[in-house]
Amino acid sequence: MIEVRFHGRGGQGVVIASEVLAEAAFKMGFEVSAFPFFGVERRGAPVTAYARIDESPIRIKSSIYEPDYVVVLDSSLLRGVDVLEGLKTGGRVLINYPEASPLDGVPSGFKYYVIDATSIASAHGIGSQTAPIVNTAIMGGFAKICDKIDIEPILESIREIAPVKVEENVAAAREAFERTREVSL
Amino acid sequence: MVMTGNYASAYGAKLSRAEVIAAYPITPQTSIVEKLAEFVSSGELRAKFIPVESEHSAMAACVAAQTAGARTYTATSSHGLTLMHEVLMWASGARLPIVITNVSRAMAPPWSVWVDHMDSIAQRDTGWLQFFCQSDQEVLDTIIMAYKACESRSVMLPAMVIEDAFILSHTSEPVDVPDQELVDSFLPAYAPELKIEVGKAMGFGSLVKPDQYMEFRYKAMQGMEDARERILSVEKEFKHIFGREHGGLLERYRCDDAEVVLVAAGSVASTAKDVVDAMRAKGVRVGLARIRAFRPFPHQELRALGSKVDGLAVLDRSYTFGAAGAMFTEVKASMYSLQRKPAVKNYIAGLGGRDITPRTLEKILEDMLVVSKRGAEDEVEWVDVAGLPRRWR
Repeated sequence: MIEVRFHGRGGQGVVIASEVLAEAAFKMGFEVSAFPFFGVERRGAPVTAYARIDESPIRIKSSIYEPDYVVVLDSSLLRGVDVLEGLKTGGRVLINYPEASPLDGVPSGFKYYVIDATSIASAHGIGSQTAPIVNTAIMGGFAKICDKIDIEPILESIREIAPVKVEENVAAAREAFERTREVSL
Repeated sequence: MVMTGNYASAYGAKLSRAEVIAAYPITPQTSIVEKLAEFVSSGELRAKFIPVESEHSAMAACVAAQTAGARTYTATSSHGLTLMHEVLMWASGARLPIVITNVSRAMAPPWSVWVDHMDSIAQRDTGWLQFFCQSDQEVLDTIIMAYKACESRSVMLPAMVIEDAFILSHTSEPVDVPDQELVDSFLPAYAPELKIEVGKAMGFGSLVKPDQYMEFRYKAMQGMEDARERILSVEKEFKHIFGREHGGLLERYRCDDAEVVLVAAGSVASTAKDVVDAMRAKGVRVGLARIRAFRPFPHQELRALGSKVDGLAVLDRSYTFGAAGAMFTEVKASMYSLQRKPAVKNYIAGLGGRDITPRTLEKILEDMLVVSKRGAEDEVEWVDVAGLPRRWR
């Protein structure tokens, strides 16, 4: 089983990101489960979402405490939220991070990947310029860092789930897929 | 399709061709009626959608429309359900087979939007059938089956289909959405014997004197008793058409030759299956009995199980103050007539959305294996609570 935890803020589409992943994995023939944990339901508040992907039916309804992957939609959460909590040794972390800034001060033992999803979403006109919606771009990046998930089913899920600007969202995810890179510490 | 439990509820109501939907929004139920409002506005579902000003009015609108011969549906949660309480009694007394979804959520104060079963359990004496679900698929299927069972002439009582807040309501899982034609062949249009009709003078909900009242209650009791057989026969027919079943009144999982069985309701029972498998793999003889129907209560099924095991660990996700967990009280009462009684212990866990982990479930079963060796005990234990000894999470 693969377990994924998403960190973001209300309004960034964190829950939809987990649903895009579940839908994509389901298309690939996997059993899936995706669920959110809401704190206060308001724009800007930290939101966590989770996804499980497995070959056999998923019966566990308990939360995820030791994920294999962590996806961070908002790099400001790196300060204040322990986004690495419980992450398995060797686990992979995908962070929405500004292109030119170095990623430093993060603990070793994990693999880090970055993508500037904010700039990509903004360039494709997704959400507003001040609050771009980064979930589709970052899921393109996830297809890059996860061996089991392909980019095409991710794009197909985005086509089904995105309520507006469908092709812009797909283009953002594709661009993020191509530009996501591993950070050597 | 991959969908949440709430969308599964909406699809269940749509496939059942609910004709009148009256609802008031409440977290975490809202996306059910939002989806149904979409179905109605797009024309996918031909129904009258009535936005009302409270849950009390939502149930009152369902009662009125159902009395006029329409199939009705609503959905609610926690404080919304308890606000409906008075009208829930009316629905069952008037023998109206309304089906609703309750997204089971803790009661305030303190405020919580997360799962426990207090809201549903508090309605156990309203004369409604109550089905606790463990998966999104079961939610969809149970709504369709509940209409069919409840609309049977011998039953004519309302039903509450219960999904755990967030754990089912907002969890996306693969759900098979059956074809409308198949559902139509399984569930015919609602055609009650008696309904309000223009130009036809009849009395509904009239005053009866003491020389008649008890006969009405006796008949409602018979309806609920007949529901036992109807739930099973309807599920058998459902399986024949759709190829799925969900366990009747009491789902038994690996209970043959079990020493100790966990008795639980709702989504935690799904997690417990993984725990049972893991413990069985280590040679520990444990099983799971999932209370799917809390009303009518599966007394006979539990007795048959209880006579063969050493212990029943009853997990309640609510608490009846001054007594114990309601599931526990019922399970224990079921065991009384047995010659050889199993030990029965009550574990209170998971209130207000506290996660019940596989580790906690394993520890409960391990504890019960010890308790059952000591013989019957009358114990209620709160687990995973700050300051108490049984902290296993």
